[in-house]
Amino acid sequence: MNVWIAIGLTVVGCYAVKLAGLLVPVGALERPAVRKLSALLPVALLAALTAQQTFSTGHELVLDARAAGLAAAALALLLRAPFLVVVGVAVLVTAGLRAVTG
Amino acid sequence: MVIRETPQGVIERPRSAVIRDGLGVGVAVGLSGFAFGVTAAGSGISVLQACALSLLVFTGASQFALVGALAAGGNPFTAAAGAFFLGTRNAFYGLRLSQLLALPKAVRPLAAHWVIDETTAVALAQPGRKSARLGFTVTGLTLYVLWNLTTLLGALGAEAIGDTTVWGLDAAGPAVFLALLAPMVKGPTERAVAALALVLGLGLLPVLPSGVPVLIAALAAPAVLWMKGRRS
Repeated sequence: MNVWIAIGLTVVGCYAVKLAGLLVPVGALERPAVRKLSALLPVALLAALTAQQTFSTGHELVLDARAAGLAAAALALLLRAPFLVVVGVAVLVTAGLRAVTG
Repeated sequence: MVIRETPQGVIERPRSAVIRDGLGVGVAVGLSGFAFGVTAAGSGISVLQACALSLLVFTGASQFALVGALAAGGNPFTAAAGAFFLGTRNAFYGLRLSQLLALPKAVRPLAAHWVIDETTAVALAQPGRKSARLGFTVTGLTLYVLWNLTTLLGALGAEAIGDTTVWGLDAAGPAVFLALLAPMVKGPTERAVAALALVLGLGLLPVLPSGVPVLIAALAAPAVLWMKGRRS
């Protein structure tokens, strides 16, 4: 049930912000401070999410095979690999390291 | 490249080139719905719930964030809040698109569902209104169909293979976030925001309820802007 509540809230919230952008009069959200903040919010959220989902399990900070996978993904990004390759490399390296170390 | 003049004097690109752009982006990113389906199933949500998210939310980062937060044991409200804040950037895409595409009022509620990173990028890369509308539509349609199809396949596949961590699939979510983040980190301000958010996200994780540290990490954005404003 909790999952459906979360899904319902996300569906409504995410659709509302998409629609708001198309409907509000031009200029309402055009203030420089608002624009800058909206560009930086995803940077903050994505950085925190990347770190958490790489270095934690539940409430504990851990260093495991995922860190190697993410390092490989970062390298693929530096080499300008396509999106799917970046994700694929992270998965392969993580699985490979787990297979080797047991 | 062949270019044509439209009556308004805007140089439009040929339809085939615009369609190629849209299909290229739509197929590449659409296929990554597979990663979402697998991650969602690995987070313990059902195939139906994974498909509902892809059909009705249809903005990748928010979807990954939501299932990640639920998997970590976050309550539905903090989990949805994180997903919502990630989705707010779409409002600003909508602003730019509404001027560019000049859609009729009746079409806007439908078009809104497709206002995401990829459709905006393709539409903004076009030189005129006609090609922008075509690019938006082709990208949106391709991505929507493939993203939903691959979500279903990924979720079913993950159920079939059992423990997704053995296959390293728990690394797919963070890798997606990193791939989305990389092109956004363009200068010192972005780097400072990312670094502060990372420290807050990890530092508060052991001591606060699940889902809350991410929301506090989001404050890195206004905090860095405020510090920058004071210094200049």
